[in-house]
Amino acid sequence: MAQESAIQRKRGSEICQAEETRSGWHYRPHVDIVEHADELTLHMDMPGADAKKVDIRYENGLLSLHGMVEPRQPEDTRYLMREYGVGNFHRTFQIGETIDDSKITAEYRDGVLVVHLPKTEAVKPRKIAVRTT
Amino acid sequence: MLARRINGHPVHRLRDEMDRLFEGFFQDTPYWNTLGARTYPPFNIWEDNHNLFVEAELPGMKMEDVEVLVSGKELTVKGSRSIELTEQATVHRQERPSGRFARMIQLPVDIRANDVSAELKEGVLLITLPKMAGVDPKRIEVKCASK
Repeated sequence: MAQESAIQRKRGSEICQAEETRSGWHYRPHVDIVEHADELTLHMDMPGADAKKVDIRYENGLLSLHGMVEPRQPEDTRYLMREYGVGNFHRTFQIGETIDDSKITAEYRDGVLVVHLPKTEAVKPRKIAVRTT
Repeated sequence: MLARRINGHPVHRLRDEMDRLFEGFFQDTPYWNTLGARTYPPFNIWEDNHNLFVEAELPGMKMEDVEVLVSGKELTVKGSRSIELTEQATVHRQERPSGRFARMIQLPVDIRANDVSAELKEGVLLITLPKMAGVDPKRIEVKCASK
């Protein structure tokens, strides 16, 4: 197919979500994944995380993102209203083999983690010039 | 995306419930006349002797995107989040909410509106609302009526 994506497609457009057991509770953050000509870009909402405690691993096509979030208030805080919990974030994605894992970069700004996953040279679209003889 | 997998854990279920609220608000419907519009952003509220604290998670937003208004005992947090995607890009997954939001709540005590402060750091909004003098609960000494 011409529009073959770098992400393995499973169950229609669903990206395969790996199951993993972790100790402790964690939240499943909202993620946008956008494919450009030369890279996949992943945006993940992780408010209140510490950039130094964001752990990104890419192994065997599995991208795992983990953000440690320390409680912002003491444990014994008595809330008048509590509509959300604060805790660690975790998500895992199965990515195709077309990512150059040595060039993955990430930045954290305004509570959003952005991960750049550059495609390998082999899968980047090329424009072929047609010569006339 | 609407057919979000419900995880067995109560916390995940709660999160999913909340996610659904956001989705309804941000993506499908006009913002202002939905029930969901009043539930974003979710708040955590606590107090000490002198202040009320209201916290909300607003990832991807800067202070200029957010407006905090106090009028009497009413606190309003409103703003907008724009997520721009270039036309050449293929969107594989779009879960993050965007659009305008506004939420008003009634505060439990009178506060000094002129001294309210708000800061937005790493996507977490913290509003500090100093209580009006005299609203602190006073400890009443209970004396034994001695005969």
